[in-house]
Amino acid sequence: MNEVLLLHYEIRGGDFIHAGESSGHVKNILKRLGFHPNLIRRTAIAMYEGEINMVIHAGGGTADVKITPEQIEIRLADHGPGIKNLDLAMREGYSTASDSVRELGFGAGMGLPNMKKYADDLKIRTAVGKGTTVSILTKVSRNQG
Amino acid sequence: MTIREIRKILAAALLTDGKHQNVTIHSACGSDMMSDVLAFAKNQPVLLTGLINPQVVRTAEMMDIRCIVFVRGKKPEADLVRLAQACGIELLSTSFRMYTACGLLYSHGLLEGPVPNE
Ligand SMILES: Nc1ncnc2c1ncn2[C@@H]1O[C@H](COP(=O)(O)OP(=O)(O)O)[C@@H](O)[C@H]1O
Ligand SMILES: [Mg+2]
Repeated sequence: MNEVLLLHYEIRGGDFIHAGESSGHVKNILKRLGFHPNLIRRTAIAMYEGEINMVIHAGGGTADVKITPEQIEIRLADHGPGIKNLDLAMREGYSTASDSVRELGFGAGMGLPNMKKYADDLKIRTAVGKGTTVSILTKVSRNQG
Repeated sequence: MTIREIRKILAAALLTDGKHQNVTIHSACGSDMMSDVLAFAKNQPVLLTGLINPQVVRTAEMMDIRCIVFVRGKKPEADLVRLAQACGIELLSTSFRMYTACGLLYSHGLLEGPVPNE
């Protein structure tokens, strides 16, 4: 592959039909580039949980993906309500999702814990009333040898 | 166990074109919470669920799940079927309830399967 591949996506808030399309697209590109299946899955799941969070909690946002031979960096940025208590939000089972979201199968409060589990580095910057930026890093080295 | 065998055991209707029915399934997961499914990456699993919204297929896509079984006779809309088809995922619909459908597959030897190291 080329040294660096940059991708950009606009993610619409409240759109449960198209939510996950950008994560699916990234997954297909990583497959075509021949990355390790576990790395691809980890990256796709982490991005998908973040994408879903922007759709559910933040009224949408943007995703920027940087693919290099060594690692994949994903930046999910939104101008939603922000997260008041990040420690609490990171806990398994904590969710502010509505019943209608739960009926779709989300709102188990596992999204952020899942992202932490599958990413090699997860950084969240958030300000109440301003928005949230989630940076996910996955490294090729974790799935070698 | 192949997708074809799962279809037989659950007396399930095939909703997709059936091209991938010979794919071997090594584990299973029954849930209506997609984040719970996403928490446990397994080796080539089948997903049993009572949900029929497109995010079920997206979740399966991220997890490399090749077969989804809708329980209680649920049938998704054509858009969902098209999405699954594009992702190479076979869709089955069984009239059994979740508990029975899972029990039938388990008793035919399809266990939960180990959670591989990511
Ligand atoms: N992008 C976001 N903007 C605002 N709040 C968020 C965002 N992402 C997560 N949250 C908050 O963190 C909580 C936990 O997130 P998560 O673990 O993904 O669980 P869930 O999405 O199932 O509620 C959410 O319920 C929500 O309150
Ligand atoms: Mg979430």
